[in-house]
Amino acid sequence: MKNSLKVLSLVAIAGLAILSSCSKSEDAALPTVVYQQEDQMARPAINTVFITTGDKDAFNLTIPSAGVATWGTKFNSRLLALNANYTTNLLGLSSTAFTGILAADVLTVSLTGPTTFYDGVPANTLTGRKLADDVITVELILIFGGPTNVLNPTLTDDHVDANDKAFLTTFPYLAAPF
Amino acid sequence: MNKLNPKKLMMAAVVATICATGAYLIAADHADAPAVTGKTSDITDVYAFQSPTTASNMVLVVNIQGLLAPSATAAAKFDPETMVEINIDNSTVKDNIEDLVIQTTFENGKVQVYGPAKPIQTGLKSTLINASTKVEGAITAYGAASPSIAESNGIKVFAGPRDDPFFFDLTQFKKILATTATGFNNPGTDTFAGTNVMSIVIELPKSVLGTGSVNIWATTNRKM
Repeated sequence: MKNSLKVLSLVAIAGLAILSSCSKSEDAALPTVVYQQEDQMARPAINTVFITTGDKDAFNLTIPSAGVATWGTKFNSRLLALNANYTTNLLGLSSTAFTGILAADVLTVSLTGPTTFYDGVPANTLTGRKLADDVITVELILIFGGPTNVLNPTLTDDHVDANDKAFLTTFPYLAAPF
Repeated sequence: MNKLNPKKLMMAAVVATICATGAYLIAADHADAPAVTGKTSDITDVYAFQSPTTASNMVLVVNIQGLLAPSATAAAKFDPETMVEINIDNSTVKDNIEDLVIQTTFENGKVQVYGPAKPIQTGLKSTLINASTKVEGAITAYGAASPSIAESNGIKVFAGPRDDPFFFDLTQFKKILATTATGFNNPGTDTFAGTNVMSIVIELPKSVLGTGSVNIWATTNRKM
């Protein structure tokens, strides 16, 4: 049975080869081009904050569907290393809940409403990322600020609140280079 | 020398803990890992937001090759060997496996955007969709008076150098990690002020991405 399948598939391949040689006078088929992943990113600063030195390349070669299983425990240890007094954060997330979300490094994007990393309205949290979103301050608050963002006040805001150049109101929105 | 008080002691403990972990933070994702730092495949930031001009459109941005000084920007190039992919999970129950991909290549001195389309394979390897339908246009040169914008089938594409939209007082954060400072300054100083990135900006109808919400992530991929 296996052998006959093999023969059949060989015949099929031979047939394809003949077909492709027949069609040479027509438009050449587009070549198959395959690429290998080198870097990945979704939410800002995840690799840089939650991945320690020796794991940084490995994190970039982890697909997000494997993120929680591969990195969940390490993310949690890392969060508690950054802030040993972590209980919950402004989103009410325990350390395992918070790092469980972050370890699958994807950016959730709403197709129906506001799109922001965080704009002060809890319902809008993690619905996208706008150019002007102060994502670092948000992450500092979630890591260091505690459940009501009153802890570690000198660590929860870098006091750089906006870009150094105004964004454009029309496509491509990003400002011209310096 | 500062007088010790409980608050300062607690801060010192936090800082000491940060330092004990031996970590350093570069930026959003700029130079995040040794294998990509300084290469054409180093992603710096990903953005996704509703179009400010057309509410039914989404804007997707992937920036690569960060911290370009103005003097280095003219020489910065997109790499024909590097394909930038935006992965989209639009399943009702999100499994973080790409259902659609948008692939950007830089062949023949131009930018090509394929998709969104079902990927030929998922995971760490990507096969170029290579459909005859694509958006192709000029790469905007450094110093161009206005950006080159390609548009086809309702999809707009820009590729070229831009001001890095990311902002962060990275220098002070490094001092905090090194315990030469106990907190941020007010006002802080934007370490990324005056630096450029190579940007890919794609605006397309939300309807081609899915319904409700999607999970997205960007990858850079080297031709095998």
